[in-house]
Amino acid sequence: MSMSFQLDGEDIAFTPGQTIMQAAKAAGVYIPHLCWHPDFPAHGSCKLCTVKLIGPHGGRFGSACTMEAQAGAMVENRTAELDDKRRTLLQMLFAEGNHFCPSCEKSGNCVLQATAYELKMMSPHFDMFYPDRPVDASHPDVLLDFNRCIMCSLCVTASREVDGKNVFGMGGRGLLGRKVHINSESGRLGDTDFAVTDRAAHICPVGVILPKRKGFAVPIGERQYDKAPISAQVKESA
Amino acid sequence: MLRRGSTLILYTVPNHMTTLSDDQIIDGVLDRHDRDGLRLMQILREVQEQLTWLAPATLTRIAAGIGWPRAEVSGTAAFYSFFHTRPRGKYCVLWSDNITDRMLGNADLMDAMCKKLWLEPGRVSEDGLVSVNTTSCTGLCDQGPAILVNYRAIPRMTQAKLGEVVGMIRNQVPVAEWPAEWFAIEDNIRRKGLLLDHALTDGQALKAALERGAEAMLGEIKAGKLRGRGGAGFSTGLKWEACRNAPGTGENPAHYVVCNADEGEPGTFKDRVLLSSYADLVFEGMSIAGYVVGANKGLLYLRGEYRYLLDPLESALAARRSANLLGANILGKGFDFDIEIHLGAGAYVCGEESALIESLEGKPGRPRIRPPFPVTRGYRGQPTTVNNVETLASACLIAARGGAWYAAQGTDKSAGSKILSVSGDCERPGIYEYDYGVTVRQVLDDCGATDTQAVQVSGPSGICIASDEFGRRIGFEDLPTAGAFMVFDESRDMFEVARNFAHFFAHESCGFCTPCRVGTTLVRNMMDKIARGHGSPYDINELFKLHRLMQGASHCGLGNSASNPVFDTLNKFRPAYERRLKSLDYEPAFDLDAALSQARQMTGRDDAAAHLSNEETT
Repeated sequence: MSMSFQLDGEDIAFTPGQTIMQAAKAAGVYIPHLCWHPDFPAHGSCKLCTVKLIGPHGGRFGSACTMEAQAGAMVENRTAELDDKRRTLLQMLFAEGNHFCPSCEKSGNCVLQATAYELKMMSPHFDMFYPDRPVDASHPDVLLDFNRCIMCSLCVTASREVDGKNVFGMGGRGLLGRKVHINSESGRLGDTDFAVTDRAAHICPVGVILPKRKGFAVPIGERQYDKAPISAQVKESA
Repeated sequence: MLRRGSTLILYTVPNHMTTLSDDQIIDGVLDRHDRDGLRLMQILREVQEQLTWLAPATLTRIAAGIGWPRAEVSGTAAFYSFFHTRPRGKYCVLWSDNITDRMLGNADLMDAMCKKLWLEPGRVSEDGLVSVNTTSCTGLCDQGPAILVNYRAIPRMTQAKLGEVVGMIRNQVPVAEWPAEWFAIEDNIRRKGLLLDHALTDGQALKAALERGAEAMLGEIKAGKLRGRGGAGFSTGLKWEACRNAPGTGENPAHYVVCNADEGEPGTFKDRVLLSSYADLVFEGMSIAGYVVGANKGLLYLRGEYRYLLDPLESALAARRSANLLGANILGKGFDFDIEIHLGAGAYVCGEESALIESLEGKPGRPRIRPPFPVTRGYRGQPTTVNNVETLASACLIAARGGAWYAAQGTDKSAGSKILSVSGDCERPGIYEYDYGVTVRQVLDDCGATDTQAVQVSGPSGICIASDEFGRRIGFEDLPTAGAFMVFDESRDMFEVARNFAHFFAHESCGFCTPCRVGTTLVRNMMDKIARGHGSPYDINELFKLHRLMQGASHCGLGNSASNPVFDTLNKFRPAYERRLKSLDYEPAFDLDAALSQARQMTGRDDAAAHLSNEETT
């Protein structure tokens, strides 16, 4: 017997224990997200997947990646209210980092950029913070550019769970303090056992972790999210 | 650079340092904690107390010692305000910067201290002697302005005392040799109720609980309608029951009791007093909780600001062990229970119960994804009940006098009493205990407050009420509170109150989720912009928009309530904002004159000709 809940009025089947995000993904329905990845446990930090649970006493917001699906639940996803919140969250992420898409190698393959297009974000809106985030070029094969980091922790999880290395860790506090810590006394990637073949080297949704000596191999305009909006690609991959 | 009135300082090496190398000190601390990574917070603190800061090599050695990735150890060290991963002055002075300290003049005093020491706030002096900075509320609002010197608290700073403190620092007198009376903290208990006047003897409540049996004791707690005193008001009976019913799992199944003494909400200091003068009642409440949920171990998480309470609390624990009120076979009833004290290190977010558990496990205090809740998966992944200090103390009353008696006190939905920590504009700041249901006006009358404009109930994350609401009552059905009761008279600027709180939240956001990490800083920046006279109605609308986002989308209570003070004051004290706004629809955030401040600093100029002025008023 399959159970289902309603997402924007559409029936979504789920198996017990699945989150709203997992069930939607399986059904080919796009819920905007940045820090969630189907291969890993939910992190729940970006809050882009915030949905609204409609209950008898009004709505309640929650993260689709951490909330388990409940039979018969009524969930709102792509409403104007929620997409408006998501657009603000995106603007926050653009304002707090240093994102300059035209010169970024990840442009066209970047989940942050693709999501911003999806949600029709036209400007960062807020005053830019222009943080001072150094680039780490110490590793022979991989460049780290933390200017683009959105604190999703996917590199931390991939290095720990898949590579068994713990090259990265999230530490520090608050807007200025929170950052990826590198597992060496110097704090440099070159002093760790990180390898370009690691899963963690290829998990970053934005342009922080980039292989060296391999720039713009696919021309701008022919990259993953140049071909179709990110929402359309969920359906194709489901 | 040489300092005025001092010659080049040559450090003398204290005697105990001559025999032990840094590595030996680190290894000694590691061994004392069985090289257990879950004890990382205590390891870091104890190492830092001896080496003054946590150097990169120190963290590497600690990581190797506990077998953790170094990145995780440095990640934890960087999370807490009281851990120093860069060289710290030999004397580290921190000024408590709650709004109540501000109202008592801490800003001028800190400024004077910096001038005397030729220092910029936040910078270590060139000779490595001293640094002066601010810190979040240290829980001495009834006797401020307060400072921490090398994490020892000194209340009631004055210009005169300031001069003496500076003298001690200049002459490099060890803090342990400073006059003891400077460190005396008063309880300031002004009104006792059924808890502070408990008249129980040590062990009386625990003995009653053990004789009653765990199941029956749980029944009494439920019958007593005890609810959490940390502010949220969850039923203590249901929490204990859920924890008791949840099975321990894995290789070392267990249940745990955690006492949340991370009293970080600005304006709250009732736990300080309970732990200073009613520690036995708190430990006894923990023991009763342990008995009910089936735990053999309790942990008291003490905020780092209360470091000075650690030694007396350890002594109190030792005395209870001698009296067979802790340890094996307590009072001959076959119940084994002991308590350990963990010290925090300056992070407000650790008051959130799952963040507190992360911290107990040596990690950054990041609230967990819930469910699962701590009652099923808490400390070490085992069922854990986390209760407030006052909740646990109150459980003793129920154990000794019964649930029916307790439920008859206070109001229908709020049984028993509540301890308020009153500070701000009143004649008698301090501790006031009332049965639930007392009106705000009654409290104001009792503490000697006149011309009161507003009261911030339950701290910045609580609610700001205006004078037409003083008939409202303290209790879960109207004004739930963790205890803070900050009074502001008519002379106070409620915009500045809200701006102080906005700075507090921006400093204390853990940074995990986007809405809180970025939102708290955006709110702070907008409040600063309005304070500089560059605000417009546009900014007010932006503040409301951020409030709506942060309130629903944040990961935990911190982000969800961080914009409350701005929201409340905007609604209730709008003129405080509006008189600062320019009569424009829009005002750019970019301030050309401010942008030139660096150029002025470099050229040493601050005269009128070095400023762009009045160009905007055309």
